[in-house]
Amino acid sequence: MSITEILFWFLTAMAVGGALMMVTSKNPVYSVLWLIVVFFAISGHYILLNAQFLAVVNIIVYAGAIMVLFLFVIMLMNMNADNEPQKNIWLKIAGMIAGGCLLLVFIAAIRQTEALQIQKVNTGGQTGLIHLLGKTLFTDYVLPFEISSVLFLSAMVGAVVLGRKGD
Amino acid sequence: MDITLLAVDWALVLEKFIFIAFIITVSLVVALYMTFGERKVAAWIQDRLGPNRAGPFGILQPLADGVKMFFKEEIIPTSSNKILFILGPSLAMITAMLTSAVIPWGDKAELFGRTISLQIADVNIGILYVFGILSLGVYGIMIGAWASNNKFSLMGGLRAASQIISYELAMGISLIALIMITGTLSLGEMVHQQKEGWWNFFVQPLGFFIFLICAFAECNRTPFDLAEAENELIGGYHSEYSSLKLGFYLFAEYINMFISSAVMATLYFGGYDIIPFYDESVWGLSANIMALLGAAALFFKILVFIFIFMWVRWTVPRFRYDQLMNLGWKGLIPLALFNMLVTAAVILFLKK
Amino acid sequence: MQLTNKAKLVDRKPMSIAEKIYLPAIFKGMGITFSHIFKKKVTIQYPEQTRSFSPVFRGLHILNRDEEGRENCTACGLCAVACPAEAITMDAAERLPGEEHLYREEKYAAKYEINMLRCIFCGLCEEACPKDAIYLTETFAPANYSRQSFIYGKDNLVIPHPTENPEAFTKAKGLIDERKAKANQQTA
Repeated sequence: MSITEILFWFLTAMAVGGALMMVTSKNPVYSVLWLIVVFFAISGHYILLNAQFLAVVNIIVYAGAIMVLFLFVIMLMNMNADNEPQKNIWLKIAGMIAGGCLLLVFIAAIRQTEALQIQKVNTGGQTGLIHLLGKTLFTDYVLPFEISSVLFLSAMVGAVVLGRKGD
Repeated sequence: MDITLLAVDWALVLEKFIFIAFIITVSLVVALYMTFGERKVAAWIQDRLGPNRAGPFGILQPLADGVKMFFKEEIIPTSSNKILFILGPSLAMITAMLTSAVIPWGDKAELFGRTISLQIADVNIGILYVFGILSLGVYGIMIGAWASNNKFSLMGGLRAASQIISYELAMGISLIALIMITGTLSLGEMVHQQKEGWWNFFVQPLGFFIFLICAFAECNRTPFDLAEAENELIGGYHSEYSSLKLGFYLFAEYINMFISSAVMATLYFGGYDIIPFYDESVWGLSANIMALLGAAALFFKILVFIFIFMWVRWTVPRFRYDQLMNLGWKGLIPLALFNMLVTAAVILFLKK
Repeated sequence: MQLTNKAKLVDRKPMSIAEKIYLPAIFKGMGITFSHIFKKKVTIQYPEQTRSFSPVFRGLHILNRDEEGRENCTACGLCAVACPAEAITMDAAERLPGEEHLYREEKYAAKYEINMLRCIFCGLCEEACPKDAIYLTETFAPANYSRQSFIYGKDNLVIPHPTENPEAFTKAKGLIDERKAKANQQTA
């Protein structure tokens, strides 16, 4: 096994293990921390794919900002195992069905990947580097990119509107 | 590109290992003496003498402080979350040290027939890496604060987190303007450009200023030290900590200061460039001596920044929380956006 | 009604731009603190350097001897009576034949104790003493581990012997004389 492979399996084990721990942890704070571990493992995968930019942005945005906010909220809510509300049995069943549907979608998506792999564009392993990424984003995918920025703008405006309601 | 990592260049590994050990030792020693320097500067500004009894001029004072920290009783509160309580200070320390990996400490040196780069890793996204690690720094504080199971600690931790997130934005935007000018994210490349041309400070004075203020905030230094406002929150996030774990938190703050000074010197003041607007190669010195001189120049700049950190701490009083948020969101972010837009416009205009 | 000229009206004018961005004020402050770095330091390096005391300073007590080394105290008890904190106790004893070189008067204090924790250092004992025996010195801030050790007996209080330990005696005596001179100056 080459070092790349060893790292790949290590990161994979870390990601899957972290994800399992995140779902099964009783304490929500632990869940958040395990999720951060997962993000790190995924960033490691990105680096193995030579996509350093994505790796770092993943850490900055998800681990650095979003999870901090999650942690923030969870710490302030002070959730303990004993004041967890008892869930309705129907709610549990509905949750199971919803989760099952999601799993189905994932499996269907993964089944398609073989077909996608054939179309893989060979850019010499440089796809993840900033220059190519920037070029691709601003030429081939400029419309989705701009639309997503409009989405963010609307989210920002929405947040401001919600925030001003109090006055 | 075929990546073969199996064929390991052991000499390179050894070289990097030694260099990493050296950098870590240096930052620890510098942080140690920064505690001493802080006390001295504070004393001088307040017309006192400062610690001067341990050793000549008191230079053994940090050792005495360290020994005191080391031998104090280690208390872990019974109702705390033990694993996270220990994880907190460790994380704070680790994240503080990690940034030093991408800072170019000097030019290339030649040793034993090898060209040795005085930079642990010249990744092509260096500046983003710095930024990513900075955004992780908050975890050490937050985890420690929450694990203490103390309301004051939690408040301190929340303050620290919200403050760091808020000021990261302005810092990021001020950096975008810089990146637009340099056209690269690699710190090594940036220093190289500054060595050839102008120091970035002369091109981006406003950006530097915003960056400096945000650096104060990110390091939790006065006037932004609300996280440990002792008159409101006892000790803030480290109220429950004692002995070496408290020492880790305090130490992490100083290492953070050291590293952010290094980042500022690298980004805006030419890194290991000795004199601005001057080609040092006309001195005709060998590469090794130039590398040493460059490292010394960088070190001097870092020390100046550290002094500024301390100077500001002992001059400006602490902000109130709403003032802090006002400054961050209503003051610095619009200013940074303005700076970015002006920079972009000027670049476009000049390229035409 | 205006009583003094010290009242100052609060300025509620809206801040000017220079005040709003705070930076000029911050730089001014930083200039002030920087100038203080080079100012003369006020610290007194205590054990090596000492501050000169005011003439009325009242520190720990001392029991005086005369030039031949005889104790002045005659255990009259006036100091104990004068003491508002009731910190002084003493036992009197009669001088036996052959002890003339130890005590100046026929009666002396066999035990003389001052509780330094009770003492308020008012100096009334010094004023009450008719025999020139008790003085307050410029020694201060004793430190110890137990309360018991703050009850000073004769071994702590009596001035060093002029022949056995002349150096310490002259030093202590000098302090007393200085003190007397200062006191005389004040009354004159």
